[in-house]
Amino acid sequence: MLHLGLFFAGVGPQLIWSAPDFAPHTHIDTFVRTAQTLERGLFDAFFLGDGLRVRENRGRIHDLDVAGRPDAITQLAALAAETGKIGLVATQNTTYNYPADLARRLASLDAISGGRAGWNIVTTDNAWTGENFRHGGWLPHERRYERARAFVETAQALWAGESVDRHTDLINVTAPPTVPARPVLFQAGDSAGGRDLAARHADVVFSANTDFDKAIGYAEDLRRRLAAHGRRPDAVRILPGAQVILGDTPEEAREKAAWIRREQTNGPRALAFLEQYWGKDLSGFDPDGPLPDIEPSDSELDPSRGTIAIEHRTGKRERIAGWRRLAADRGLSIRELVIEVTPQHSTFVGTPGRIAEEWARYDEARAVDGFNILPQLLPGTVEDIVDKLVPELQERGLYRTAYTGSTLREHLDLP
Amino acid sequence: MTGQLLFALEVGGAADVATLTRDVAAAEAAGFVLVTIADSPLPPDGGPPRIEAGVRAAYLSRRTSRIGLAPTLHATVTEPFHLATQLASLDHASLGRAAWVVGAEHSADAYATVGEPVLTGDDLRRELEDVIDVARRLWDSWESDAVIRDVATGRFLDADRVHHVNFTGARFSIVGPLITPRPPQGRVVVIGADTLGVTSRLDVALVGLDDVAVRAEKARAEGAPLVFADVPEPDPGLLDELAGVVDGVRLHTTDVSGLIGSVRPRPTTGATLRERLGLRQEN
Repeated sequence: MLHLGLFFAGVGPQLIWSAPDFAPHTHIDTFVRTAQTLERGLFDAFFLGDGLRVRENRGRIHDLDVAGRPDAITQLAALAAETGKIGLVATQNTTYNYPADLARRLASLDAISGGRAGWNIVTTDNAWTGENFRHGGWLPHERRYERARAFVETAQALWAGESVDRHTDLINVTAPPTVPARPVLFQAGDSAGGRDLAARHADVVFSANTDFDKAIGYAEDLRRRLAAHGRRPDAVRILPGAQVILGDTPEEAREKAAWIRREQTNGPRALAFLEQYWGKDLSGFDPDGPLPDIEPSDSELDPSRGTIAIEHRTGKRERIAGWRRLAADRGLSIRELVIEVTPQHSTFVGTPGRIAEEWARYDEARAVDGFNILPQLLPGTVEDIVDKLVPELQERGLYRTAYTGSTLREHLDLP
Repeated sequence: MTGQLLFALEVGGAADVATLTRDVAAAEAAGFVLVTIADSPLPPDGGPPRIEAGVRAAYLSRRTSRIGLAPTLHATVTEPFHLATQLASLDHASLGRAAWVVGAEHSADAYATVGEPVLTGDDLRRELEDVIDVARRLWDSWESDAVIRDVATGRFLDADRVHHVNFTGARFSIVGPLITPRPPQGRVVVIGADTLGVTSRLDVALVGLDDVAVRAEKARAEGAPLVFADVPEPDPGLLDELAGVVDGVRLHTTDVSGLIGSVRPRPTTGATLRERLGLRQEN
């Protein structure tokens, strides 16, 4: 059986704000309607992203993407009053929160929702984000998962009714227990540290290993790591991120997918992407023309767009040289090159029946336990999936036809 | 004849979520303008742990439609950036009914939960001032018309209408902007006790009954637009005395169902809490 979550990052280029039916992205009604539609579609979870600094481009607020979102726990507590079954998962950071404070707010969400809370554990530690917090960029990058582990263990103890008195160079807390709670722990990091944290503590992994072969490999790796930590192979649900683009015919789905990709990488965004690497104003270049012929600045990338993996923040000259070769070999414009080189969550494109068949193959091979779907259109993506894909999955016995439990743990069939 | 006083109710002691929801619904039906929700990182003496007040308020935002919701968040033992985000989000979820009771928990046990040094006296007061000031700066960091969705230029927002705050306080600094767009009220209503020493920064000052007239006068002189007196039970004689002395009262009664009909709050109108309180519009 497959489990489905909807991951609403709330910001970034994947959400197409130019669509005529784009729902106001911070209005509570949009969230209520989305959560209730997902609940009608028997989703396991509605899952909110988080980021603790508004993205920038060369020192200015990045103006091309959807930006601005509510505090996840506050928003989900409001949604707890508007829904009765669906899991409510908040992405929350272990570097820029106090452990006892965050543990208490997560426990509170779990208590007020009747056991429907989840926590997607993230470890963003850059000093740029830290400029919004009391201690700035205090944590060495290589120790971020060490901090996360101590943080999670503290939270688990407080939730279990224990007092915590823990003092190391990474954590400093003396606190009484929270209300009894057991939020479901999600982990998304794909580095060795992230995978290890998942194997030790996670209930669900939200991986980027969506393509069939990668998913199989990831599942095997995770099961090995689980065994090393004395956990059962089925102790963790694997729900990779995925985009879903449905059409009534294969052609319609393909056309929609191409339109979405072009919108997600429109001309201004393609130029802004290159500006991060060039470190210069490229607004005079034609996005449908060749790559900029000027040389990039000497400075390395900063994390101010929020989405650049740490390994991409160095060696930009070699990367740019590689792009120039690729563009020359294949005759790519700026925009075509950016579409080619920007990472994207795997996308399932097709008719509902075709995608249901493809997912049956994943299910049979135990490559995944389900998917976390990333919407491009709100409310469109959600309504399409609930109204068109869910019935196809149910028909094939791949998906529940009613909620059988009332907590997120029960939905996910977790101990 | 209608009453002259605004009424608030403290509901932090409700035993469970069902009782809390019922009490707040009763207060709303009785015409109360807001509820306050007491909280602390520590459980009350001898009591069980509580659900965090911001979470309770957010839940209540979807179970009520008119009443203001004022969780207690402690400026001392939280991250100011998270505090401002949570309150802005509560204002969005409640469509403009959020308020903040400034908490100043500064016991050694409370500070130990976050591993920070204990502040007292002038250091504590300065910290409260800084957290209130930066919260307002962060609520102002997105102009209300920042989202433009201009398809022609590909711009979702106008970068000139979203601002860094570059705040430097005594003990922390914050660059901003807030991650949450401007709250519907513009600025969330700030409520606090006159004993905190930050009355000039409050929208509503809470005063005790001892020397109530003197304290109300002083709070107004220091710049608080509204003064509420803390009252344990709605004693009719006492309420008559307070009318004209303070703008409102905050009750601490546990007999919430008995309130309907027993008090005559001043009627309020407006879509947001700020409007209902007659405070200056900030959006």
